[in-house]
Amino acid sequence: MKISMFHLMPHRELPDDFEKRYESVWVTPPWWELADPERVSQYYNWSLDELIYAAKMGFDGICTNEHHQNAYGFMPNPNLMGSALAKMTNGLDVAIVQMGSTLPTSPPIRVAEEYAMIDQISGGRLIAGMPLGTSMDVNFIYGVPPMDQRPRWREAHDLIVKAWTTNEIFAWNGRYYQYGMVNIWPRPVQQPHPPIWVPGAGSVSTWDLVAELGHVYCFLSYFGAKAAKRFAEGFWEAVARRGLDLNPYRFGFLQLVCVSETDARAEEEYGRHVEYFYHKDLHIPLHLFAAPGHQDYRSLVSSLKNPAIVEAWLALKEMRFRDFNEQSFVIAGSPATVRDRLVEEVIRGLRVGNLMVLLQIGSMPHELTLKNIDLFAREVLPHLRHYWEDEGWENHWWPKKLLKAEGAASSS
Amino acid sequence: MVQVQDRTVSTWSDEITVHVKTAGSGPPLVFLHGAGGLRWDPFLEGLAQSYTVYAPEGPGTTPGDPDAVRKLDDLWDLVFLYSDLLDRLGLERVPIIGHSFGGMLAAELAACYPERVSKLVLIAPIGLWRDDVPIRNIATYPPEELPKALFYDPEGEVARMVLAMPQDGEEAAEAQARFIWAMASTIGKFAWPIPDKGLKKRIYRIRAPTLIVWGKDDRLVPPVYAEEFARRIPGARVAMIERAGHLPQLEQLEQVLPTVRQFLAA
Repeated sequence: MKISMFHLMPHRELPDDFEKRYESVWVTPPWWELADPERVSQYYNWSLDELIYAAKMGFDGICTNEHHQNAYGFMPNPNLMGSALAKMTNGLDVAIVQMGSTLPTSPPIRVAEEYAMIDQISGGRLIAGMPLGTSMDVNFIYGVPPMDQRPRWREAHDLIVKAWTTNEIFAWNGRYYQYGMVNIWPRPVQQPHPPIWVPGAGSVSTWDLVAELGHVYCFLSYFGAKAAKRFAEGFWEAVARRGLDLNPYRFGFLQLVCVSETDARAEEEYGRHVEYFYHKDLHIPLHLFAAPGHQDYRSLVSSLKNPAIVEAWLALKEMRFRDFNEQSFVIAGSPATVRDRLVEEVIRGLRVGNLMVLLQIGSMPHELTLKNIDLFAREVLPHLRHYWEDEGWENHWWPKKLLKAEGAASSS
Repeated sequence: MVQVQDRTVSTWSDEITVHVKTAGSGPPLVFLHGAGGLRWDPFLEGLAQSYTVYAPEGPGTTPGDPDAVRKLDDLWDLVFLYSDLLDRLGLERVPIIGHSFGGMLAAELAACYPERVSKLVLIAPIGLWRDDVPIRNIATYPPEELPKALFYDPEGEVARMVLAMPQDGEEAAEAQARFIWAMASTIGKFAWPIPDKGLKKRIYRIRAPTLIVWGKDDRLVPPVYAEEFARRIPGARVAMIERAGHLPQLEQLEQVLPTVRQFLAA
């Protein structure tokens, strides 16, 4: 079992009436009305410090991600964060999980280079996330025609892997990218290349693609394990259809988690931050979710016939902390509650080998975030870490150096 | 009612089959649909009284063949595909009418092959851009605001006919998917994120007599663009239609149909 801390780097102090006054948290939130540059500087440093603290407390990985024009997550280039984290965590057995450079909007050889740099700085601890990107980021903000998003991803992926693994200089004459002389410096430390994870939001087509390529699929959902059941089953069916083993490390899942001394205390401490997250940070009009062509035809028909997700989005504003907790959008409570529910609902329930936990949620202040990280690391993580071990699955999607270090530690 | 036939034409090295709705009698006429896809409407019905109307379904917009459009890279490929199509239909020289996205396509064809387009009718075309009057991407409209952007009278009969959805849940989902996919196969592929793909550099080449039709209350593509097209196409004439939005040929059929027929007959 691998457990990583995920961070969105949100605006932590949006006004109380944000969702009433503004159309969206993403694409159109006005910077000068909503952001205080000095506070934002503080957010970045808190966020980095929180991830570094998690690394020091023994998490297996720390995750960054990429969004644009977004008040709930503004790491437009996650590799700037990732390189700082790589440097600051040298000497710790923690993976730098970049979740990551959005391939359709970044020059592919630049991604290959930046990832190789992080792998170099961290001494071979990179996990290379390759998101297809959201419609907001890729179509509405970066202007990529929605119909080109998936084929662009595929071409960029193939080019990056080839740039990492081919010794000779080569020419790339692609549909979207042409390079005359590909010969990137540096190459990654990890050979033949760093593990590749593909984050997604439950699209049928992405499961098939990831299963075909043999990478890790990470379901980045904010709706928790219960809502994810159907998606996880779909992914595992896609894996089985290809005759691949049901190695739990093929699947990653993001879960919001709040740990306190008792269940009641968790509600008291974290309740309003969870509500802030779902009411303000997910304040996004539905039509921005999928520009025409962002989903392929098959996925489009499938999602139009399953209005459950749309209904769930529309219901968010009516829900309170207790609803979010009961419906597993967030798993909150005492260490015992949290670890039992994580095992039951997430790890075993969805067959998750790579768990990512969001421990800084919405408006959660720095000190409380550190407490959440601290309690999770001390009281929850050690109980989950060995899950899957007795089944003998091998994690092919983790930096080898870290697996070796772990082997050395457990045999000593 | 004229008899509408569904004709299939092989194009693009026989890789893409284009369905062409064909109806009427008389000299040939080509109609290129907008981003919502092709629907046989009263305007086409009216044209078919005196013309043989060829109305192709853009690649991707034909039910059952959504991925045909993926074989094309960009607007250039699409323009060549339509040139193939005119060849295969045996239309050496023909009048072309284009609406919205189809208007951009018609203008491109007329600029690239000035000798093939005998007359050009552009109904609320996209294809040009002014920084002082930006065109809001149709995909950024919340669904409830779309009728107001498209129609002079969002509650009117024409709006209701165009926006009608099946009652049955499954059928409604299919219809909605077809509509979204038509947008994907047009602007989501060839005119994203800004409908300026270089027509301004080529538009001077248009030699066909040109009629530009615009609804005075077009809130999607503001009528100031009528002047923009007219200014750049030698001898072009503008028909500004009162009490009409982005689909003047339907909202003011009684006025637009005779205007277009007169122009074509002259």
